[in-house]
This record gives sequence, structure tokens and C-alpha cells, in this order.
Amino acid sequence: MTDIIDTQLANLSNKKELSQELKRRAMRTDYLGTFFKYLFFLSAFIGVLSVATIGYFLFYEGIPAIKHAGLIEFLSGREWLPPALYGIASMIVASLVSSLGAVIIGVPIAILCAVFLAEIAPKWLANLVRPAIELLAGIPSVVYGFFGLVIIVPAIQTLFNIPAGSTLLAAIIVLSVMILPTVITIAETSIRAVPSTYKEGALALGASQVYTIFKVILPAARSGILAGIVLGVARAVGETMAIIMVMGNAPAMPNSLLESARSLTANIALEMSYATGMHASSLYATGIVLLIFVMLLNACLLYLNRQRAYS
Amino acid sequence: MNKFNVRDLDLYYGDTHALKNINMLIPERKVTALIGPSGCGKSTLLRTLNRMNDLIENVHISGHVELEGVDIYQSRDISDLRMKVGMVFQKPNPFPMSIFENVAFGLKAQGINDKQLIKDTVENALRSAALWDEVSDRLNSHAFGLSGGQQQRLCIARAIAIQPDVILMDEPTSALDPIATHRIEQLMEELRKEYTIVIVTHSMNQAKRISDKTAVFWMGELVEHADTQEIFNNPQDRRTKAYVNGEFG
Repeated sequence: MTDIIDTQLANLSNKKELSQELKRRAMRTDYLGTFFKYLFFLSAFIGVLSVATIGYFLFYEGIPAIKHAGLIEFLSGREWLPPALYGIASMIVASLVSSLGAVIIGVPIAILCAVFLAEIAPKWLANLVRPAIELLAGIPSVVYGFFGLVIIVPAIQTLFNIPAGSTLLAAIIVLSVMILPTVITIAETSIRAVPSTYKEGALALGASQVYTIFKVILPAARSGILAGIVLGVARAVGETMAIIMVMGNAPAMPNSLLESARSLTANIALEMSYATGMHASSLYATGIVLLIFVMLLNACLLYLNRQRAYS
Repeated sequence: MNKFNVRDLDLYYGDTHALKNINMLIPERKVTALIGPSGCGKSTLLRTLNRMNDLIENVHISGHVELEGVDIYQSRDISDLRMKVGMVFQKPNPFPMSIFENVAFGLKAQGINDKQLIKDTVENALRSAALWDEVSDRLNSHAFGLSGGQQQRLCIARAIAIQPDVILMDEPTSALDPIATHRIEQLMEELRKEYTIVIVTHSMNQAKRISDKTAVFWMGELVEHADTQEIFNNPQDRRTKAYVNGEFG
């Protein structure tokens, strides 16, 4: 096609014809440009529209329940006994504790692993380990849940000698593995982005490799690593399936890590199929709380990225 | 006295023969300039002197590099070597921390915690690097707030703070303007009294101005090494002659 046009173009003997042809082509490019401009816009619009629709829908359905129970009572109530009492404090606690626990266990492992991949491992080994970690990100969460149910839950049951191993602790362990790939990948990228001149400068001063890593490289990669952690937390807060399978799902305030608990996500997933009226509405309201959590995390991310852009 | 004694040194990057049978004596408390066209091996040689080439994969080295009679490639204590042989890089590379922390870094990396000792050493190093008067009132501000020339002097102070014997400089002024360059050269006049300096430079005028000895490299070979006056006024090798006359480079 282009060949034909090019030959035609070459055959245009006189300059005037050539310039007219170029003008015609420029016009055509113009139409094409306009077309693509709207196509890009439309695609972006669909994305924004989806967020707006979900947000609107969530608030439209959820607000009545919050009005019915009262915002404070809804958030601080410890009892979830539909259709009488709608308090989600225990679920907020379960979601926060399980995510925080996952961060406490998972993040140090992830950062050290990222350091290993970026700074210590020989190339061939890093090229072997990295795909394995990326594979971890691709495992469906139901498989994580299954793994937790078969391995971790019985282990906790025996180890702590408790009647049921489905506990907050089990969820924390499963989640800490689940956030590994997210945090590792982003942390490794930001460690690699640290200018090699920092490392050379430190080593040339006689600093050991370990000292250089902890005092120069990791601090320089800090904002990127934090961004990875925030994304990991977002993944943990939003996780549903694996949690349902290992956390026991009792809608009561857990008093220790060795008790069953129900997360915000699990609450919605477990009851939505049969809930009606105010009960259904309060599940939407649970979704609102979840959405606000994730929005706060995204705000953190935005802030961190902006900091990174400035430094 | 010779500080370094390089004998039969060959260096390969993979299959590339980057340094070919280098034999060279580097005298103590003198400025030795390494010059030659791009890719001739002068920076590579500089980086063998504090084993910075170890950071690059696929580097093979044979031969001997002796520092005060001890082969630095036989010793396992690279940290000790790099404390004795400091380095200043082409682009100023202060760490992303305060001016004070930059200069204190080398001491702290050795586990020195004595606050007063660190404070005194930082001040002395900054004075030796002719930077103290400009920064004494803002030691805790970020090093990136300094100008390029100041940053390079900060890097020199950082190197001096751990009391090296030798300072290697890899085109230390190529990223600086003429005034900042002049200040660094002035500083080197002072430093030569106490330190052995080896400098890689692309500027023949700089080599002429500041060095006692000049070594000319050409495609991985050391073609001539003599007093700087000799090299520029009475070159023996035709390649040296062509290079110092600006016929290529």
C-alpha cells in the first residue's frame, strides 16, 4: 500500500503537483489525528465513567443504611446482627490488623529480597528468582486461600493448641505472602533506579557493601519502596477470597490474633447473596468504608510519587 | 619514593583487551596525569588502583599492582585499600544527605562514633578542600543545594576525611565551568604537598598546568611516561607528539 503511494509520489514530475499532494496528505493526517484524539478521549472517559458509576451506586445504595444506624454507631458498633444491629467496628479492626500484620511480616522480607535481586545476586540467579516472584503475583487468590486452609490453618491449630486454626494470624500469614510480589517488584525497580554513582562513591570511601546498601542505597530508594508498600497494603485491604477461606469469618471483635475475625471485604462477599433491604444497604455502606480506605492509600501513593518527582 | 608500582598489568573486559602490559611507577606526593584519546584505557588504569573495576562484571586482570610494595590484588581487604586510595569522580556525586553527613560518611562507615572526633575531622577536611568558609554556616543543609564546583570540592573533602595517602581523580573538572575548574586546580596545588595524586584528564592544558608526571595512553598501551615538561616539549613517541599537538583526540 505505502509502496504504491510512494511510487506515485516519485512519479509526480513537477514540483507543484508534489506540493499539492503533500497538502492533501497533510489534510488526511489531520482527519486521522482528530479521529485518534477522540478515540483516546473516549477510552479515558470510559475509565473515569466506571469509577464514577461505581462510586455513585455505592453511595446511593449505602447512604440509607448509614442514616438508619447513624454514622458513628455504624463505624463504632461492635455488634453485627442483621436486621437489628449494624456495627462494623470489628470488621474495620479485622481488616486493619490483618493488613498491618501482613506489612510487618511481608515488607522486611520483600525489601531484603529486592536488595538481593538488585544488588547481591549474580545475574543468572536474579533471572531465575525474579520470574518465580512474578509468578507469585499471578497465582489466583483462591489458590492462596486453599494453601492457607490446607497448610497454615492446621499448623496454627496444632502449634497453639486451639480448637480452630482459622484465625487472624492465618490471614496475616497468607496476606504477607500475597503482598510479596507487589512490594518486591516495585522495591527492586526503585533500588535499581538509584544512581550507581552513589554506590561507587560509598564503596570508594571504603564502606562495605552492606553499609552502602543500608545507608546509601535504601535511603535513596525510600520513596519508591514506600510506594510499593502502599500498593501492597491496598492489595491486602482489598483481598477477599483468601481471607474468607482462612480467617473464620465470625462477625465479632477479635481479642487476639488467635481468634476468628471477619474483614470488610468478607462481610460483603458472604452476605450479599441473600441480603435485602436495610441489610443489603449496610453491605453497600461497608463497601463505602472500604473505598475510602483505598482512596486514602491512593492519596498516600500520589503524595509519595510527587515527592519522588521532586527529589 | 614510588607509591604505586604497576607491573605487567593486563586487563580484559570480556574479550576486549583494555590494558596491554602496563608497566608504570607512580611517584609519591607528585601529581601524575594520565592522558590520551577517549577509550585509550586511562580511566581503566585509574580504577585498577583502588579496585573499582571489581564492580564491573567480566573483568579479568593479570599482573601486579603494588601499593607500597604490597600487591593490592593479593590482599582481601578492599575496604582498607580504598581508605588509603581515595577517589573523586567525573561528575560530582555527593550522597543525598547533608553536607556534614557527606563528609562524615567515611568515618561512620568504619564504625567511628566519637562525635567530637567526627566534628573535628569534618571541619579539617572541609578546610583542606577549601570549602569551609562557604559552608560552615550551613553544614546541615542538603548537599544538593551546593553548586557543581562546591559539590566536587565536597567530594574531595569526603575523600580527605578518611586520611588517604593517594587521591585518584577521574576527570574531576570535566563537568565544571572554568572558574570552578580553576578553584579545583588551586586546591590540587595545596593537596599535592600531602597526597599522591593521580588524575585522568582530557585537557592537555590542565595536565600541563598541574602535573609533575604525565603518562600518555594509546589503545590500551602506555606509550610514554615522563616528566610533564618532557612530554609536552620533547615527546619521544610519534603518537605522543601527534596527541599533544592536537592532531587527534
